[in-house]
Amino acid sequence: MSIALVIMITGALVGASCAIVGTFLVLRRMSMMGDAISHSVLLGIVAVFFFTGSRSPILAVLGAGAVGLLTVSLVELIYRTGRVKEDAAIGLVFPALFSIGVILVSRFPSAVHIDVDHVLYGEITFVAFDRLTLFGVDAGYRSFWLLGAMTIVNALFVLLFFKELKLATFDRGFAAALGFAPTVIHYALMALVSATTVVAFDSVGAILVVAMLIVPAAAAYLLTDRLLVMLGLAVAIGSGSAIGGYWLARWIDGSIAAAMAVVAGVVFVACFLFAPRHGLVARYVQLFTVRRAFARSLLLSHLRLHPGGVSMETIGERFLWSRRMTSNVVTAAVQDGLVTDSPARRLTLTKLGSVQAQQVPGH
Amino acid sequence: MSTVQTSDLGVIPATLVESQRRRSAAPTGDETVATGPPPVEIRDLTVAYHERPVLWDVDLTVRPGKLTAIVGPNGAGKSTLIKAALGLVPVAAGWVKIFGEPFAEQRRLVAYIPQRGSVDWDFPTDALDVVTMGRYGTLGWFRRPGKRERQIAMDKLRQVGMADFARRQISELSGGQQQRVFLARALAQEADLYFMDEPFAGVDATTERAIVELLQELRSQGKTVVAVHHDLNTVDDYFDDVALLNVRLVAYGPVDDVFTHANLHATYGGRIGFLSGGPAETSAAVAD
Ligand SMILES: Nc1ncnc2c1ncn2[C@@H]1O[C@H](COP(=O)(O)OP(=O)(O)O)[C@@H](O)[C@H]1O
Ligand SMILES: [Mg+2]
Repeated sequence: MSIALVIMITGALVGASCAIVGTFLVLRRMSMMGDAISHSVLLGIVAVFFFTGSRSPILAVLGAGAVGLLTVSLVELIYRTGRVKEDAAIGLVFPALFSIGVILVSRFPSAVHIDVDHVLYGEITFVAFDRLTLFGVDAGYRSFWLLGAMTIVNALFVLLFFKELKLATFDRGFAAALGFAPTVIHYALMALVSATTVVAFDSVGAILVVAMLIVPAAAAYLLTDRLLVMLGLAVAIGSGSAIGGYWLARWIDGSIAAAMAVVAGVVFVACFLFAPRHGLVARYVQLFTVRRAFARSLLLSHLRLHPGGVSMETIGERFLWSRRMTSNVVTAAVQDGLVTDSPARRLTLTKLGSVQAQQVPGH
Repeated sequence: MSTVQTSDLGVIPATLVESQRRRSAAPTGDETVATGPPPVEIRDLTVAYHERPVLWDVDLTVRPGKLTAIVGPNGAGKSTLIKAALGLVPVAAGWVKIFGEPFAEQRRLVAYIPQRGSVDWDFPTDALDVVTMGRYGTLGWFRRPGKRERQIAMDKLRQVGMADFARRQISELSGGQQQRVFLARALAQEADLYFMDEPFAGVDATTERAIVELLQELRSQGKTVVAVHHDLNTVDDYFDDVALLNVRLVAYGPVDDVFTHANLHATYGGRIGFLSGGPAETSAAVAD
């Protein structure tokens, strides 16, 4: 298999596994928590190396999962004292845990075998040389195994508990009243976020992990009103950005992980601007349409009260419209056959216009 | 009544507490008191957030088949009372029983409408899907809602006059429509006891009338409703019983007996100026 293909598949798996759990982080407004977890898990990885001397990925995932849950619990503990807000609690906890991890890495580099750059930016180019040996037999690329397993676990979790996750995310109190243990679901989700982070981390680094957790899900959120569709779109955007990022990096000869994050960011901005219903442009058009419809109903009701006809200037003065606005509203009404513009430049309602004027609310 | 002046800031005259205790211990009213355990029985309930008590030693026994309003100023602990009954907040002392058993054993008998503002209405889902959530409890873990569940949900949407909005994204509904969706979801639970947190908050007049009719329909089916209510002017129109709450339970009983000016004063302290001229004021004056 070519190196290019290995990198692209690895990136796509990172995108998919992160997008699945990331969707729920975004919907729970917990993006910051994703950020926190993806940093503090470093401590888990380092601590496992440090105390067991083992580089086993399973142990690393478990250690990171534990520290991830520790992060979430500490944040909640601090938040529950009622002295600080949640974002402040997050800001207190994760730099502390992350910096302990960084100190361990920098103080005992030989003991932990990783360097800080690798942690932050990852080194996806190396995944093609990192093969897994099982029982003395070469079993293929390590990243495929780890990320593939993580993607499957995440997908199974979300599909198996789809109803419960949806309920606990939308209405926690109601979920609890029905007996669906939203707290357990919450911690299970956080554990998966932590595990995903560690596994993805190794290939792409902490910074891309944050991007992959949040950005594709946030973009998908703008594109649909269905949770299941949002999940699918997030996975597609995450994987697609990873693959696109690879080609971008080749083209500009830059960091692959960074290019992947950039593509995801560009997709998000495109969605933010052009999403069919929730995009900025669509909203603007909507607002414009509403304003125009309102202006038209004002015009029609005014003309209805003045059957003798009204001049364009009077209309503008009456409603404080600019010359251009007045002209636009009147021209459109004339074109739709609601208003006639007499040779004496006096506007009156047509038959159709009178009918519509009667339907204007409030008349 | 001389107690009115002394009752500022929620200091409750001893006589009032006494009469209230007697009342809650042995609910008065209909002679045909239903046999069987009461829908809600609360004893010595105390709840605290960060060591600050928000409910203090509350005793309350809700009458079956009645519409009961919980009334009190902002921050009085009304929502907390409902949440404590549903096991959603830790209880510092006391206990709650639902039809004679702890709530955890009676979940299927209880429907809940949280405050509308407590959920994120930008969540990617539609009205029908939200109402279907009312069936999740009966489904239990793992089982997916199917045709039957959606059928029930659709019926309930129709019942609240929202059938045309079934496929509408929930953020595109008005406040009143969102409240109806929540109501339909509670109806889909097909429960015997309904807890509603401010079902009338921020709804239009049409929705308010629709909700009142639904409450009356529930009552005629023998269901019990406990609702937080914020409009003192409509308490006597809409409800049979009222619980006046301000951290402590100030008074509880049939509206005609306990919805008095003195009790309101004890509940709201000096803050009931806005009442003057309203129907509650008139009825309170008569009751005095
Ligand atoms: N989760 C919470 N953490 C801390 N304080 C809370 C929490 N929920 C409510 N409170 C406080 O408890 C008091 C009672 O709240 P609540 O029951 O919501 O009152 P009500 O519904 O009567 O307006 C208020 O002072 C509120 O600020
Ligand atoms: Mg409340």
